[in-house]
Amino acid sequence: MTALHKTLQIQTSPHITAGHSVDAIMRNVVWALLPTSAFSVYVFGLAALLTLIVATLTCVLTEHFMCRRSGRASSIGDWSAVITGLLYGLTLPPGLPLWMVVLGGFIAVGLGKYLFGGLGYNVFNPALVGRAFLQAAFPTAMTTWGPALATDRFVSLPSSLLALPFQLPSYQSITDGVSSATPLALMKFEQQLTETVDLFTGITAGSYGETSALLILAGGLYLAARKMLNWRIPVAIFISVSLISGIFHSLDPYVYPSVMFTLFSGSLMLGAVFMATDMVASPMTNKGVIIYGAVIGVLIMVIRNWGGLPEGVMYAILLANALSPHIDAMTQPVVYGSRKSKRGAE
Amino acid sequence: MGSTRRQIQLSLTAVMQKLGLGKAPPTFVGGVHPPESKSLTADAAIKQFPFAPVMNIPLSQHIGKPSIPVVSEGQEVYRGQLLAKPDGFMSVALHSPASGLIQRIDMMPSISGKMLNGIYLEPFPGSTQEVAEGQACVLENSAPEQIIQAIQMAGIVGLGGAAFPTHAKLKIPKDKSIDTLIINGAECEPYLTNDYRIMLEQPEHVITGIGYLLKATGAKKAIIGIEDNKQAAADRLGQALKSVNVDFAKNISVEVAQTKYPQGAEKTLITALLGLQVPSRGLPIDIGVVVINVTSAAEIGRLLPHGRGIQERIITISGPGVRKPGNYQIPIGTPLRFALEYVGVSEALSQVYLGGPMMGQALPSLDISITKGTSGFVAFTEEQTRNTNEEQPCIHCSYCVDACPLHLNPSQLGILALNERYQAMAEQYHLMDCFECGSCSFVCPSHIPLVQRFRAAKGLVKKQQASS
Repeated sequence: MTALHKTLQIQTSPHITAGHSVDAIMRNVVWALLPTSAFSVYVFGLAALLTLIVATLTCVLTEHFMCRRSGRASSIGDWSAVITGLLYGLTLPPGLPLWMVVLGGFIAVGLGKYLFGGLGYNVFNPALVGRAFLQAAFPTAMTTWGPALATDRFVSLPSSLLALPFQLPSYQSITDGVSSATPLALMKFEQQLTETVDLFTGITAGSYGETSALLILAGGLYLAARKMLNWRIPVAIFISVSLISGIFHSLDPYVYPSVMFTLFSGSLMLGAVFMATDMVASPMTNKGVIIYGAVIGVLIMVIRNWGGLPEGVMYAILLANALSPHIDAMTQPVVYGSRKSKRGAE
Repeated sequence: MGSTRRQIQLSLTAVMQKLGLGKAPPTFVGGVHPPESKSLTADAAIKQFPFAPVMNIPLSQHIGKPSIPVVSEGQEVYRGQLLAKPDGFMSVALHSPASGLIQRIDMMPSISGKMLNGIYLEPFPGSTQEVAEGQACVLENSAPEQIIQAIQMAGIVGLGGAAFPTHAKLKIPKDKSIDTLIINGAECEPYLTNDYRIMLEQPEHVITGIGYLLKATGAKKAIIGIEDNKQAAADRLGQALKSVNVDFAKNISVEVAQTKYPQGAEKTLITALLGLQVPSRGLPIDIGVVVINVTSAAEIGRLLPHGRGIQERIITISGPGVRKPGNYQIPIGTPLRFALEYVGVSEALSQVYLGGPMMGQALPSLDISITKGTSGFVAFTEEQTRNTNEEQPCIHCSYCVDACPLHLNPSQLGILALNERYQAMAEQYHLMDCFECGSCSFVCPSHIPLVQRFRAAKGLVKKQQASS
């Protein structure tokens, strides 16, 4: 039988694809997060390494377990659980007991993602759902920050990290004066400002991953260049935050910090670049994402300036996540030819 | 390899343009950049194809009513003789591709899968490529109506693939007027180079054809739109326009648009060249524009001065599944199996497309023949055959929203299609505007068969509308 007489395959067009895939996008986000993660390990030592590994493993295993429970094929191959785990780990305060890390990771994927139907259906960024749960359940542990660049960070672990499950850590370190306040807390509660250079390079107290703006921005640029991140989201956040903080700083520089401090402190960079840009939970149109970014910026400033918490990025993003279907509905693309052209109106 | 280089070139051009260095060729918003794959045949000059032992000539090679045969079984015909006359206005004439014997007029397989009526012609062994002259339609002495009728009698249809009778496009309704004629030489489908070779090798036919078209429509000017990956064709046409000795040449210009799929669609080409949008669900004529495929224009210029009809056309046969890819002047009615035997196919042949890989139809069988609407065939081997990747949930990446040249929301349409909400798709999300270019499916990282679902949904909506 010759080639001209065999059965041909038929499919409807297009017969070629661009070769994009979900797992390639997700894998690239993981690559983009690696420098930030590595720097976190440098600043916080073994504690960071262990926390990130535990957070990622918890999320991946939860995803696997949930898929199996519901009789689906395991979806851990799409790498999205790895991102959730890594991002979630990076939002945690150094020294947080590992059992809490595991619990929050389980909530992140189980409640934040799987309960909604898995990848593609989650309303909120799962990593932030996990963190929000911990913030509500363990407010003290979630606002106690282990010190950056501790001299013994590569040889010993903070005692709080290894607290037994359902045991609150003892935090002798607070009375010992080893724990440090974050730049935002210093500013809010003690009116003490941190140098912008330190904020930018990341040698400050804070969550594992909210330290180096430089590396976060580099990761974001990489993803934006590969069209795997909509740059309009972080840019809209930066612009709205800069405008609001600029106005208030010029009104009263003693109460309201400068634009630079606002941008580079806390989890703003990590949140704007890696959390708010979660494709699933953000709007789809370019007009929509600008509104979405601006809403996040406004909410961050409202919570930081007038809320009871020093930081508001997490809640701002979660609220905007909930809004994004509505933003999408309001900003549908204008269909070609639906506007009256000059000639058409004749 | 070629596509990587193209990507780098594209990014460089984009950066240069952002910096204000160099003028950007015009384009439309949206679209995608599939690998062009044109180098297989771009430099292959048009070659004459031999006659097949039997030609299968369907009576319906165009949109509209099938032609009515004017010959009978057992009759001897000469090459170029009228075989069938048009049945009313939405129909065209059909001419004999070879001198030979009419075996029978009977049903034959067609591209749609249906059996259609057609003429089986057995060429005489010594049939030459000579074509008899008919009654010439001289440009200078003909009125617009005469030209339109001559185009119908020459059997000319949209040779880019749509096969819409060309003369029907040129008949301008009384309440409309036409300002600009666009000659579509975009050829945005990967692999196809037939339009390119015609522009390169027969620029004088293109220009003469435009002369007829300008007179028939009363358009003030004509623009030949070409993508910037075919700069050589644009240059060749530009030179030819300077050297021809006709007064209408001053009303013809050549414009180069960015290489981007689907640049060759009427709406996107109009937007790129004129900056206008065709109204939703409307026609180019609504904004005073008519778009004619460059090969159709060349055929008008080649045939009308001699009073001939289409007996052959130029097609690209290409793809990794073909041993001798090239551009061929091939008699209408040549069985596809004969054509593929002549160019040779790989043992691993797995798929054959009518047209390019973006919008081309995968053929279930090779028992069809080359018709007027055939711009080319692309053959794939098992290696290129698209893997049936498992569909994953939509992750709202918005690649499809950015790719849609008509600015629809394919993601939302896809979700509605899954939920069988066809009415909402049509009424709120402009489903019926979709012209099925497939850019959405091309970019989707979740491998959702978007355009495939839209095609099905469009069919269902049309059925519903027809029954209500």
